[in-house]
Amino acid sequence: MKLAMLAEAWRAMGANRLRTLLTMLGMVIGVGAVVLMMAIGQGAQYAIQQTISAMGSNLFILLSGHTASSGVRSASGSAHTLTVADADAIAELPGVAAVAPIHPGSAQVVYGPNNWNTAVIGSTPAYLDVRSWPVVSGQAFTASDVRSATRVALIGQTAAENLFGDEDPVGKTIRIQQSPFTVLGVLGLKGQGMDGRDQDDSIITPLTTAQRSVFGAQFPGTVRMVMVQTTTQQIMPQIEKSMTALLRQRHRTREGQESDFYLRNLTSVADSAAESTRVMSMLLGAIASVSLLVGGIGIMNIMLVSVTERTREIGIRMAIGARERDILLQFLLEAVIISVAGCFIGLLLGIGCALLTEWLTDTLVIISASSVLVAFGVAATVGIFFGYYPALKAARMDPIEALRYQ
Amino acid sequence: MSTPVIRITGLGKSYQTAAGLFPALKAVEMSITAGEFVAVMGPSGSGKSTFMNILGCLDKATTGQYELDGRSVAELSRDELAILRNRTIGFVFQGFNLLQRMTLLENVALPLVYSGLDHAERQRRAAEMLHKVGLTDKADSLPSQISGGQQQRVAIARALVNRPRLLLADEPTGNLDSRTGDEIMALFDALNQEGITIVLVTHEPDIAQHAKRQVRFHDGHLVSDQLTPHEVAA
Repeated sequence: MKLAMLAEAWRAMGANRLRTLLTMLGMVIGVGAVVLMMAIGQGAQYAIQQTISAMGSNLFILLSGHTASSGVRSASGSAHTLTVADADAIAELPGVAAVAPIHPGSAQVVYGPNNWNTAVIGSTPAYLDVRSWPVVSGQAFTASDVRSATRVALIGQTAAENLFGDEDPVGKTIRIQQSPFTVLGVLGLKGQGMDGRDQDDSIITPLTTAQRSVFGAQFPGTVRMVMVQTTTQQIMPQIEKSMTALLRQRHRTREGQESDFYLRNLTSVADSAAESTRVMSMLLGAIASVSLLVGGIGIMNIMLVSVTERTREIGIRMAIGARERDILLQFLLEAVIISVAGCFIGLLLGIGCALLTEWLTDTLVIISASSVLVAFGVAATVGIFFGYYPALKAARMDPIEALRYQ
Repeated sequence: MSTPVIRITGLGKSYQTAAGLFPALKAVEMSITAGEFVAVMGPSGSGKSTFMNILGCLDKATTGQYELDGRSVAELSRDELAILRNRTIGFVFQGFNLLQRMTLLENVALPLVYSGLDHAERQRRAAEMLHKVGLTDKADSLPSQISGGQQQRVAIARALVNRPRLLLADEPTGNLDSRTGDEIMALFDALNQEGITIVLVTHEPDIAQHAKRQVRFHDGHLVSDQLTPHEVAA
């Protein structure tokens, strides 16, 4: 019975091939668009997540305050209000996983005949933890290197390429601002930062060494910034409060007076970037869904035409004993077959287009099983929803009037 | 005589038209017993087609009673009527009404689809019916590939495939030439011989001669109801 109906639906669709194909095309384009948009959106979300986890998770960044002379206010970090002692005090707070005082800058670096201007970051071993940045060959410097201001360095992949080419940098001596530094290790590949800067184009040295030998610290013991990592994301607001209170107390800031430092939640910045990508991909999906809706309306339109055209056939079927549900099922089945077949072709088209996009533009696309299932489910629902009314119209016909229809 | 297959009392049917209520049938009384062969005659507009549609459970009467096999049809639901049309009644139309996309065998098997029979049984019974009307060799043809007389044979096979007790034919020879019409009537005669109750609408007296009983409609009234002369003689 069911099989006979399926065969009949197939034949009815085959009787008007061009029309069936055009109707199907609405679904094909709709589903294809949904799959493509979801693939691109999820790819973008994944890329953002990669960037975030590359930056390090649960991060605060502390910047020292700005100076003002004759009403001209300098950039944040220009005042020397943050100290290594502040960083040590913050490390004592419960819920703080790691604290890295940082002196960032840039310098000319020379190795043999090559020279290269790169970012030089003076910090402590905690910096690598905070940034979740592994050393892939050689080894990291230690706290004792920081205490004794050893001239050692860790080199990022881009900087290493530019200075050493194919040579292994570990154990070699480079010159930073004329001072010789031994390369202890090579850092793992980090990629682009949130700001688009190549994070691998940098060299990390112990904080004390950077301040003395590279930048020439005017105020020893002070730092431009401190990175703070908390144990979990949930406690970040709480840590933000206790850290602010601690620093205000240490800096003897009076009630009502502006703090002499800036505290930023890097994770929230990253989260908002991820959120905006998510919203963007949802928007893309919503727009694509509209085409699915239009495809569904196309199915309804054609099914209504088909029901009218086949009024006499419906009359004959009723005269020889078709019940309402037989007729209903027959037309519903046609609509569902059209939409599911269209959906299947649309899936292939969407996946094909997504792969083509990836290949042509190097954009990361992700085709997840869930997006495929969602597209399939929506298509089947659309078929049933938009096929139901025409099918019901057919099933409710009066047999006599249907038979008289010319 | 056996119990009546059809019993009609005070049957009336009115249509709503722009000019008001138009009565197509007025107070018809009639009963038909099993094995009868009745010709329904009358000029066009006399109500004979309306009467047939009500007999065939395609239409419902406005007033009066129609009992088919002792059940009052007026009280049945749409689905119950569909089952009656499927199992108890076979319908043959003037315009054959075959489905053009289907082969003859599939056309004949279609009522069995709605009875819920399985594929093998449908094929078997449809082939048997096609054989009975002499079209076995055309089983896989489409209706458009055969003559009108052959199409009507297929339609009769379809009407009979579910072994109904009652065969209703609405001008079955109206679209056929007289020779082909005679062949079809011979088939009806044979079926009636087998015991199937036949009610046939026609306006041709020659055709009506095949029936054992002739009823005549005029302006919605049943005006005469008599045995065919050769039956009286017999």
